[in-house]
Amino acid sequence: MKKDIEKLPQDQFERIEIDSSHAERIEKPSLSFWQDAWLRLRKNKAAIVSMVVLVLLVIMALVGPHLNGHDGAAQNLRHANLPPKMPGIEKLGIMDGVGNLSGEKVDLYAMKKVDEYYWFGTDGLGRDLFTRLWEGTQISLLIAFVAALIDLVIGVLYGGISGYFGGRTDDVMQRIVEILIGIPTLIVVILMIMVMEPGIGAIIIAISITGWIGMSRIVRAQILKYKNQEFVLAARTLGTNDSRIIGKHLMPNVLGIIVINTMFTIPNAIFFEAFLSFIGIGLQPPAASLGTLINDGFKVMEFQPYVLLFPCIVISVLMIAFNLIGDGLRDALDPKMKD
Amino acid sequence: MVKYVGKRIIYMFITMFLIATATFFLMQTLPGSPISSYNKLNDNQKAIVEKKYGIDKPKPVQYAIYMKNLAKGDLGTSFAFKGKSVNDLLASRIKPSFILGAQAMVFGTIIGILLGMIAALKQNTFWDYGSTFFAILGISIPSFVFATLLQYFVASQWHLLPVGLWNDGWKSSILPSIALAMGPLALSARFIRTEMIEVMGSDYITLAKAKGANGFEIAFKHAFRNALIPLITVLGPVAAGLVTGSLVVEQIFAIPGIGEQFVSSIMVNDFATIMGTTLFFSAFLIVVIFIVDILYGVIDPRIRLSGGKA
Repeated sequence: MKKDIEKLPQDQFERIEIDSSHAERIEKPSLSFWQDAWLRLRKNKAAIVSMVVLVLLVIMALVGPHLNGHDGAAQNLRHANLPPKMPGIEKLGIMDGVGNLSGEKVDLYAMKKVDEYYWFGTDGLGRDLFTRLWEGTQISLLIAFVAALIDLVIGVLYGGISGYFGGRTDDVMQRIVEILIGIPTLIVVILMIMVMEPGIGAIIIAISITGWIGMSRIVRAQILKYKNQEFVLAARTLGTNDSRIIGKHLMPNVLGIIVINTMFTIPNAIFFEAFLSFIGIGLQPPAASLGTLINDGFKVMEFQPYVLLFPCIVISVLMIAFNLIGDGLRDALDPKMKD
Repeated sequence: MVKYVGKRIIYMFITMFLIATATFFLMQTLPGSPISSYNKLNDNQKAIVEKKYGIDKPKPVQYAIYMKNLAKGDLGTSFAFKGKSVNDLLASRIKPSFILGAQAMVFGTIIGILLGMIAALKQNTFWDYGSTFFAILGISIPSFVFATLLQYFVASQWHLLPVGLWNDGWKSSILPSIALAMGPLALSARFIRTEMIEVMGSDYITLAKAKGANGFEIAFKHAFRNALIPLITVLGPVAAGLVTGSLVVEQIFAIPGIGEQFVSSIMVNDFATIMGTTLFFSAFLIVVIFIVDILYGVIDPRIRLSGGKA
């Protein structure tokens, strides 16, 4: 073995001097926190697919109601209870307008002499379900986003103030939170919704009335963790005022966790809205949300399962997408944090 | 420890008191009256009905009476069911709810633990992705969507199990229990997976491997036990999820339980029953969370109970 090494041609090797002055040189471009997080998030296929799906759903919620020229609120009893019929797909034997009529399969479109296409069928009042589905998605998303935004603002302010100023302020604010957190969310939401005029505003208020507590606790814990660290002390020594310390030094550190938490607040709000509407105390007709649509579908599922099926699919896909994005963001923004 | 428990109990009472007070006054602002034909009655009849249900007195007096009865455990008289006390009403309906909840809990956690363990021991394989995906479905899909789909396919299309009601013995409880179990299942699967992966990476597992313990022994005797302790913490969210789920699932399967009672009381403005059920649910959840916190400290001596701060 040793002899073999000695036989190697010496002139093919070149000695490299180590220049110690280059030891500290940074080879790769330095990345900001968010660039780094994006690199990690990009590798998470489930999260990326969910983002694409979510963008598609949001686009559909915005343009869907205008796609097929039907008005979601227009009632047309002559066109009531029609099964789905979609051009193109109808040739495959599904969504071809054939439905059950007293146990027999009949082309209801031909029977009722309807020339138009109702892509996802119509309900008992002859309203186009495709249009109503996307209108409902729009409302559900709107409620979820606004509720999440309110949670975010109140939660961050409350938690931030409580954590940053500490002392008596913190004591008082935390005692209040300790009592509030004992009240089950469901109970508060239902009570609030019963008292207020039914509608979008009532649902948003009901969801956010205790929704901010989780966020405030997380933000407070983070602020407590960072506010005594050296970089904050350094800033303070240099005479930085409170608002600048909070805005410039603390917030960037807490932002990741706020984003993660918001991503889980949104599906939660979607769920509560649908839940309330499903048990009949949420949105009132003729307004449509995913919850009311599922409720409508539930009543007629024996005969027209398609009324139930489409909103169920949309709400499930929506919830799965938000949860997967949330998981992905959590792994990307804070690899150390776990459940 | 004693100080901590004492403090927690005081907080529990404050919370219950606030919930009772808030519920009482919120009920007063509700639109509509519990007496449906109120407008058709003449003044004399109104007075008799109001006196019978004790709503003729001024609000503060009503509140004092209500709180006094509450302290004795009396939730008042239902408006919707003639002369029936809310206590009796709830007692007659607790059995189905309890059976469903317990079945869902046991079934959900056992399957969830199995799924989570498989996922952790076969990390980054098909099994892992499969069970993780299943857990995501369980967390994401709302219980009422799952329940309606179960009812449609299993009961109404394939005729395997009863569509609803509570008159077919254990068979009627299967579908609602499965629908309720999805939440606990998904939560515990995710939780056990994370815990197991962490425990499997710790030093004492390496030691066990080094001394030649076989894989099965390591997984169950060494890792699983330690991974199980933190699972107690998910019991709180699980209980809350079960209560939320029971409202809709009982409604969907027409089961005479407390959840179904709550929803139908809301529909008919039965104030006393709404309040009674609200307080019942709140007390249940508050006690569960309290027990979870105490148990956690007792079982795992590594946790120090100090003021309960984050």
